[in-house]
Order: sequence, then structure tokens, then C-alpha cells
Amino acid sequence: MITTGRSDWLLISSLSLVVGILFVLSLVTGPAAISFLDSLNALFTGRAGAASIVMQEIRLPRAILGLLIGASLGLSGAALQGYLRNPLAEPGLLGISASASLGAVIAIYTGLSAVFSLALPLFAFAGAIIAVLLVRFLAGSGAATITLILAGVAVTSFAGAMTALALNLSPKPISALEIVFWMLGSLKDRSMTHVWLALPFILAGWMMLFQVGRALDALTLGEASAASLGYRLDRVQALVIFGTAASVGAATSVAGTIGFVGLVVPHILRPFVGAHPSRLLLASTLGGAAVLLAADVAVRVIAPERDLKLGVLTALIGAPFFLWLIFKQQREVT
Amino acid sequence: MSLALSVGSLSVRLGARDVLDAVSFELHTGEFVGLIGPNGAGKSTLLKAIMGFSARDRKITRDGQPLDELSPNVRARTFSYLPQEREVRWPLTVQSLVALGRAPYRRSFSPLGEADWRSINCAIQTMDLEELRERSAMELSGGERARTLIARALAQETPLLLADEPAAGLDPAHQISLMATFSQLAQDGRTVFASLHELTLAGQWCDRLILLSDGRIVADGPPGEVLTAENLATVYGVRAHISYTEAGLAVIPTGLI
Repeated sequence: MITTGRSDWLLISSLSLVVGILFVLSLVTGPAAISFLDSLNALFTGRAGAASIVMQEIRLPRAILGLLIGASLGLSGAALQGYLRNPLAEPGLLGISASASLGAVIAIYTGLSAVFSLALPLFAFAGAIIAVLLVRFLAGSGAATITLILAGVAVTSFAGAMTALALNLSPKPISALEIVFWMLGSLKDRSMTHVWLALPFILAGWMMLFQVGRALDALTLGEASAASLGYRLDRVQALVIFGTAASVGAATSVAGTIGFVGLVVPHILRPFVGAHPSRLLLASTLGGAAVLLAADVAVRVIAPERDLKLGVLTALIGAPFFLWLIFKQQREVT
Repeated sequence: MSLALSVGSLSVRLGARDVLDAVSFELHTGEFVGLIGPNGAGKSTLLKAIMGFSARDRKITRDGQPLDELSPNVRARTFSYLPQEREVRWPLTVQSLVALGRAPYRRSFSPLGEADWRSINCAIQTMDLEELRERSAMELSGGERARTLIARALAQETPLLLADEPAAGLDPAHQISLMATFSQLAQDGRTVFASLHELTLAGQWCDRLILLSDGRIVADGPPGEVLTAENLATVYGVRAHISYTEAGLAVIPTGLI
């Protein structure tokens, strides 16, 4: 008999525990010297003056966003790897991150973000949605996965080129710097407004992605077999790419580009769920949240004075891992 | 015998080529039908067209109802399909792969039920996979992987089973047991339609053979009537020694024409 339920229960509850611990750790880490108990007291009572403001308006949104964004990256990475049947797939592959960046860059470049602060996330999210519509239009619904990858590469390259053009023509050096900094990805100085802005889309994305688990399992046998098992692959494709666009698009629009989490986390957890794409979804959601919360705590601990960017740290750790992944794959093939 | 499937003038064009040209035939309940023909004759395309993967304009009916009107789930409970490509992407265990055959019967997020387990265990036993249950798909030999995927199709427990070269890559013992399994399924009232390359295997086990050449049906009937020296010469371009042994028909290709 398959012991699916029990072994997953252990994995899921340990991951949940880790996420819970890291969430609290994220709440109590920061430049303002507030002790552990004081900070939690300030968070819940709201009567501790400056400490309460720090906790409720700076650290709480940061921790919530870390959780939501990490979870979105982990979940969509697992869903995309399952759908594309490619362990090297990640949310950035569909051009969502690059196009969200482009949207943000347009907001900064035109000066709109200086006038209206929410223009940046809104433009970024619009960029993500346009990207995914374009990818689906280029690839066609029900297209082979390789076409989808190629369309994603095309959109990514184009968005990258447009971003480079904006940097190139940037009238003021300060806005070029702002663009570069935004693209590095960070959770610093985000407010509850950002949480409320991203939350509905992130949740909608999760709801779409969690539906495809069984279909992803069937896709293990290839597209023809999955279709013969009664799955409508055009619907699965729509759920995967729109779910990714909604969750990762919203995540990127409030935090900038954070790479490698969606690539690496499903990989680490795959052996623990018997390689089932469906069981990987929840595990990877929690794993992504844990990794991003940990990274966000780390940037504050490693270089509290220098504002080390979150996306820089995940890339620093993720890139060598990616390399190792490729070498490992090569060994398996030969 | 009652009608299981009726295919009426099925044509498929891929690019500029007519892969199937007005193919018509019927399958009956309780029949094990072999689909034979040389490479490129259109065997795989025919099976895919029945499954609805290539042809859009199809006159294929079951119980008088066009297949396109069946919902994907109903179709998945009616037909199981074993593609020629034996694709397995992730290192799932044999048992997990076989369990995928139960997908059409499961509600979202519900675990495998008792009936599911009966089908899975039965399929695993039939395909002689008991000892490989917990083995990862990546550690299987080609033949073991083929048997696993056949078991997956058996676990789907459909009235019709379409298999694209299921016997390829199996050792003689497993080839024979596969053909015996299909034959038994047919006797139990199901319909098996399988493309085959081994003519002797097809001749010995199938109730009926359909010989396809260049997208057309050249012969359709009992093995003895289809596997004639003349047909083999015109369709395959080979001379063959055809004999009736105790075990049935034996076809030994002896040379090119």
C-alpha cells in the first residue's frame, strides 16, 4: 500500500513548523533594538508606541510578504516543472518576472511612481499579465510545451531589451539607480498596502495552481496518456500559466525579481514526496516560504547597514546550486 | 457480437501527406483485433485518431453516439490508450505509475479507494510486476517499463483498450503472457485493438487482423485470410514461409522481393 498520507503528513507538518519559526524570526529581526518578548507584545497590543509602529507597519508586512511571495515562487515552480516536465523550469521562464520588471521600470522611468506610489506595483502587475497573454497567444492554447518555453524565452528577451533601453535613455542617473535597485528584489520598506494589493492575486493564483495536481501526475506519462486519462490539457495549461502569472506577477510587482527560489525548492523537496508532482505542490509552497523568510532574515543579519538585496542573496546561493543541478543531470544521463 | 466501435471513412492529413485515407471498419465486443502493416502505414495515426489526438473531422461512434460528444472523463472510462512512446518523466514507483490508471474514477483530492486498489493489484499481478512494486521507474529495464505502462492501462479497466505496439521490446515469455492477457480480456467481454509488428504473434493470438498499407485497409479478416503470401508480398515486399503449426499460424519472412 502507498503510505502517501502518513509520510506527507510528517513532511508537511515539519515544513509548517519551520515556516512558523522563520516567520516569528522575521518579526523579531531588524535594526530597531526591541527584545523578543517586547516585540511580540508590541505587535499584538499596539500600545507600545514606537515599537508597535515598527512591528505593525514595518516588520509584519515584511514577514507576511516574505511568506506569501516565497510560497508563490515555490508553488509555481513546482507546478511549472510538473507541467513542462522539465526540472529546470521556473516562474521566470514564462517571461513573467522580466515583464513585471519592465512594467515597474516604465512606472519609474515616466516618473509616475514618484507621483503615485502604487503606480509601480500596478504597472508591474500589468506587465506580468500582458506577458502571459502574449506567451499564450504566441504558443497557442494546447500547444506543445516546447512552444510554450520558446514563447516565454522570446517574451523574456524582449522585455529585457526594453528594460535595457529604458536604462540607456534614462534622463536622470537617480532613476536609473532606482530601476536597478528595484530589479534586485527586496522586501524592505513595504507596507500593509502592498500586502493588500498582492494578496487577492496571490490567493487566486494559488487556487488555480492547486487544482492541477492530479493532471500533473498524469503528465508524467506524457501528453497523450494524460489526455487519454480524461484531463483537458488546454485547461491545465491555462490554469498553470494564469495561476503563475497571478501569484508570481503579484509577488514580483511588490518585491521585484527574486530568482532561483522557484527553481531550487521543488528540486530539494522532490525526493521527499516520491517524485509525485501533485504532492510536491503543497510541500514546495511551504518550502518556498521557508527559504524566502530565511533569506530575508539573513539579509538583515549579514549586513544590517548595507541593505543587502534579497534577490542578490537568493541568486548568490541559487546560482551555484543550479550549476550543481546541471552537472548532476548530466551524470544521470550519461 | 455487439458493436463496440464504428469507424467510418476516417482520413487524416499531416502536412501534404494523406496518412489515413477513408479508413472504415468496426470493432466488436469480445474481439482482440491486431493492427498490422509496414512502418509508416498509419497504424499509430489510426489509434491516435480514434483517441481524438489528430483528426478533427471524425465519424467514429460508439453505441451510435459520436465520440466527440463524450466528455473527457467518460471517454477516459471507455478507452484506455497505450502510446508507442514509453514516456515516464519523474522517478515514480511502479505502483504509483500503475495507480495513475485510476485517475478517471477519482474525485479531486480523494485518496485511492478499495476498488482502486483491487484494480491496481490485479494489474500488477497480471503484468508480473509484484517484485518491482516499489522500484523507481528510472531503474527499470525497457521491457519492465513497458509492462508497467501496460499495467497502468489495464488498471483503467475500460471496455476498449487501444495499444500501440505493446509487445515491442518484451522477451518471448512476456510477449506470450501479454497476448494471453489481451486474449483473456477479450473473452471477458472487452475489446482490444493493438498494433503489432510480430506477424506470428498476431496470427496466433488475434481473433481478427486489419492490414494497413499507405493509409488504406488492404485486408480485414481472420488471421489466416489476412496473412497470405500474396498480401505479405504486396504490402511488406517480403517472401514468407507461412505454416500452420499446432500452436497456430506461423509466419517466417525469408527474403525480400
